[in-house]
Amino acid sequence: MATTQQCEMLLTVNGEAHSVIARPADTLLFVLRNKLRLTGAKPGCLNGDCGACTVLIDGGPIKSCMMLAIETVGKTITTIEGLKHSPIQQAFVEHFAFQCGYCTPGFIMNAHALTEKYPDASDDVIQEWLESNICRCTSYREIEQAVKSVLLKKHRND
Amino acid sequence: MVPFDFTYHQPSSIHEAIQLFQTLQQQGKKPMYYAGGTEIITLSRLHLVFTDAVIDIKQIPECQVLDIQQQQLVLGAGVSLTTIEEANPFPLLTKTASEVADRTARNQITLGGNICGQIFYREAVLPLLLADSEVVIAGKDGVQQRSIHQVFQQHMQLQPGEFLIQVKTEQTYLSLPYAHIKRRKQGEVGYPLVTVAALKKDGQLRVAFSGVCPFPFRSQAVEERLNQQLPVNTRIDEALQHLPRPILDDIEGSAQYRLFVLKHTLFDIITELEGE
Amino acid sequence: MIGKSVIRKEAWDKVTGAAKYTNDYVTPGTLHARLVTSPYAHANIQAIDIEKALSVPGVRAIVTGEGLPLTGEDLLDRPPIAFEKVRYHGEVVAVVVADTLVQAEKAANLVRITYEPLPVVGSPREALKEGAPLIHEQLGSYQKGRGIYPEPNTNIAHRTKIRKGNMEKGWAESDVVVEASFSFSPSDHAAMETRCATAEILPDGYIIIYASSQSPFMIKKLISSYFGEDVGKVIVHTPLVGGAYGGKTPVQLELLAYLASKAVGGRKVSVWNTREDDIITSPVHIGLEATVKLGCTNDGYLKAAEILYLFDGGAYSDKAIDVSRAGAVDCTGPYHIENVWCDSLCVYTNHPYACPFRGFGHGELSFAIERTMDLLAEKLQMDRLELRMKNAICPGHTTPTQVLLNNSNVGNLPKCIERLRELIHWDDWQRIEIDARTVRAKGVSCIWKTSTVDTDASSGAILTFNPNGSINLISGVVEIGTGTKTILAQILAEKMKMDIKDIHVKMEVDTQTTPEHWKTVASRGTFMAGRAVLKAADDAIRQLKEIASIVLRASVEDLEVGYGKVFLRDDPAIYVNIKDIAYGYKYPNGNAIGGQIIGRGNYILRHLTYLDKETGAGKPGPEWTVGAQAVEIEFDKRDYTYKIIRAVSVIDIGKVLNEKAAIGQVMGAMSMGLSWASRETFLFDRYERVLNPQLRTYRLLRFGEHPEYIVEFVETPQIDAPYGARGAGEHGLIGMPSALANALSVAAEVPLNELPLVPELIWRKKKGEHHGSI
Repeated sequence: MATTQQCEMLLTVNGEAHSVIARPADTLLFVLRNKLRLTGAKPGCLNGDCGACTVLIDGGPIKSCMMLAIETVGKTITTIEGLKHSPIQQAFVEHFAFQCGYCTPGFIMNAHALTEKYPDASDDVIQEWLESNICRCTSYREIEQAVKSVLLKKHRND
Repeated sequence: MVPFDFTYHQPSSIHEAIQLFQTLQQQGKKPMYYAGGTEIITLSRLHLVFTDAVIDIKQIPECQVLDIQQQQLVLGAGVSLTTIEEANPFPLLTKTASEVADRTARNQITLGGNICGQIFYREAVLPLLLADSEVVIAGKDGVQQRSIHQVFQQHMQLQPGEFLIQVKTEQTYLSLPYAHIKRRKQGEVGYPLVTVAALKKDGQLRVAFSGVCPFPFRSQAVEERLNQQLPVNTRIDEALQHLPRPILDDIEGSAQYRLFVLKHTLFDIITELEGE
Repeated sequence: MIGKSVIRKEAWDKVTGAAKYTNDYVTPGTLHARLVTSPYAHANIQAIDIEKALSVPGVRAIVTGEGLPLTGEDLLDRPPIAFEKVRYHGEVVAVVVADTLVQAEKAANLVRITYEPLPVVGSPREALKEGAPLIHEQLGSYQKGRGIYPEPNTNIAHRTKIRKGNMEKGWAESDVVVEASFSFSPSDHAAMETRCATAEILPDGYIIIYASSQSPFMIKKLISSYFGEDVGKVIVHTPLVGGAYGGKTPVQLELLAYLASKAVGGRKVSVWNTREDDIITSPVHIGLEATVKLGCTNDGYLKAAEILYLFDGGAYSDKAIDVSRAGAVDCTGPYHIENVWCDSLCVYTNHPYACPFRGFGHGELSFAIERTMDLLAEKLQMDRLELRMKNAICPGHTTPTQVLLNNSNVGNLPKCIERLRELIHWDDWQRIEIDARTVRAKGVSCIWKTSTVDTDASSGAILTFNPNGSINLISGVVEIGTGTKTILAQILAEKMKMDIKDIHVKMEVDTQTTPEHWKTVASRGTFMAGRAVLKAADDAIRQLKEIASIVLRASVEDLEVGYGKVFLRDDPAIYVNIKDIAYGYKYPNGNAIGGQIIGRGNYILRHLTYLDKETGAGKPGPEWTVGAQAVEIEFDKRDYTYKIIRAVSVIDIGKVLNEKAAIGQVMGAMSMGLSWASRETFLFDRYERVLNPQLRTYRLLRFGEHPEYIVEFVETPQIDAPYGARGAGEHGLIGMPSALANALSVAAEVPLNELPLVPELIWRKKKGEHHGSI
């Protein structure tokens, strides 16, 4: 299959199918924001360094500035807009785990995937996952507390 | 943002990929094989890479293998580093991989991409150099299996149109005693000041380096010195005399400081593997 | 309501992706700009060839620097686009406007510029050397504001002098003297949202700007004054801002967006920084070279201070002049010294130009002063905290600019020090060897800061009512992440005795409909806007009572407002609901009285003065927040690596308005201070080009590298502030670099007087010590 300058791609975002016309060279972040008007994923560096654009592809966190949209055809994309009333969102609010809020969607998507995949995550695993995102406002302790509170609740419910 | 256009191709077989490369080249294009893509996107932004056709190898079944076949660990070039870490078939490789970039990035970075990349740390190659792995390469003359030592000299010596399909490692190497230390300028994410990986086979240390020189390497001269029957510090001092040149001297650290760090890192590696 | 950890009003927007920032408003049809920037730090521009770039499909205009006015807030020294000469690596030389960002990028890469490189100036000390290349040959002819003293034919943009007491006497009374020098290069704010501005010029001449800014009202004024536009026709919108820390006070991209829009017939143009441009092209965190000499008696009482601050303002002065002045105003740190001599210079170099950074010169000066205090304690063989306690600034003392302190305008530093001493178990140990390689050590520092804002800075607030009696709160404070707008709602809820959920805060600023708040800077939001809100509430209450007095046939004096009602003070059962009078009261027969109630309030800073040119005497700010801080580290003697175990702050905040928010502000500032001190700096090559303009190489503190934080507050009310609260958005940062350096110097047993404190620096210092040279 070859594609030329602009092409049509079928993306599944937050449970909805979208037909998008974009360049094969366009990143997923660009397509989400500029074609689908889903501006929750944030551009912070466009270089894979800050994590503000993190979304989930088939449930796993990915920096959407570093992936071509065309690579996600046939996969399930979840953005912050697709996360409704999740425990991690509630925890971020309760623990004051953000200030300016710009890194928050990326942090939440990563933390959500972490708590879903590793409800027993150790401190090392939490760090390994969350050091992928930069927050410049908080001290990270608030975020740590938010994530741990979700893990603790999952345990209580087991 | 990639500031140029390219066509995107997703072959489903090795043969198709090779064909595509040739056809695109004949059309006057500058095709490029594409795995995780993180480095291509990063360098494109800065106008340091150009391609007008990318050939995504991730759908090729051979590139997605992660399996033990005939007493060999076979790892597809398109397997992500985190996939390898989670499966953990080769603990040294797991450790080395887990120190590359950050975890979210490693969900995308592939084994092949890390080894074949332009960014010169290429740390995932260190365990493979130590384990005398074999690499499977596809090119217009078909698929070949060669020793990594033959193909990887400072960087992967691939001919135009060739691409890495798999890396194969003898099972006996997977459980050897190992050590791995990555030291950074500061903090726990980022490029290395020095990365040292080591395996101990038949009582002999094997050591490979990244961040010391502008290329990863394993050096016979260095290993010979480290395996002498001498006090450890003497061995290290002599080994340092035999490092390839140049020693990196850049924003991560001066050459002198790197050698200081390397000296202690080697000490820690040797101590860790002593008696193993 | 006061003191409660109320969840910020925009919290749910921020966790669901609904929160919108400037770049989220870029709509289809908007044109996109890409900046062409200088690869040289100092060079003449010989030619700009845009022909090839113009031929790229989609390109609409390429704007260059010819014929543009000079800009600047204190000193007009900066062309918005470089003209004839570039003065720093990353300076804007052309702006390419195209239909898409990709087209703009392609074209920007094809703009060919011929440069003639010039010798570069790489530090303030170099800049002051005889024969140093002049960065601004025309310095003498630049327009300047009052109290700005550039020195023509030098690289000095401004000098603030502090002359207090009698230096001869001070040195004569001093038994022990120490002197040391300190330095660090410029670094970056690195807000996660890169700066962004859009501009559109409507057919009727209205200029609509969207900007990620701390200064929307300044943008409007400056566009008017630079380009002769009618100030009423410039309308600036500022939605939520994704981190600022001072970096979004300067007006830069807004001017480019305006010029770009003008070049394409008024179409909407977006100028959005790449991370690389945001790091070096937009203004940066200031660097400093300092020499501090302190004298004290044998029993540790400070008698004299001689201080030289050379701030690295970079290529243009922007607000760096103000930062250098703030450094002078509080030059001694929070200590009582009767004899003070300080020269604080804003020096031009060929570095990216500087602007405010959280702490506004105080984290910088504190590094020099607090390191010197430790050196002095060492020489005296005195407990480091004790030396600070002995000299702690108190009511009755005067500041370097000779302001007499009283019980309201300064907090209680001795109390902060005392509490810190307990929290860090200072008396148990200060340096302890854990094993042959591992040492633990503690470092302390004391902080103070006033806010040197414009003497006539003001803030306004408007309250309107909804038919159900709930209130809309409209203030010009920008929500940059500090939660100030929620605190304003708390202040209003307390005053109106109502549920905070019935207060609706307008988050966005729109300069046409929002009353002005000077700038969202200097930890002044709560104080100034809080006062304005209280006044607006008083105004609304007065109006509510007036109507209610008619309805209830009672005198105004007998009425109270609260709980959604206006009621009789002595018999609350007799009342009228606010919702029934907020839009006028209607009698059963249809007659109506009153009309909608609009509360208005303002606040202007009082009694601030310019500083005397020769002595610095004058009142620079309304109050001084003080505090004491500590850092505990674990140091590896072999590798010179370390781990920050714990960081502690005790700050006199006056009154805690929102506990969790206040702790969050302090911890966040501490984190930023530790990140800066432990790793952040621009790395320059010998041509003064920045080698690390990406987050991959300009590395910030990450999750998991954070220490334990302990934050406590002392409450000494500032009498004229809302509920007594003092500013505290920046203060957590101020003492972190010095406390960390003090701890590491003790641990490594070598003075560490540079930043950032990377292991290689410690190695270099230790090596120098052993071999007698570096």
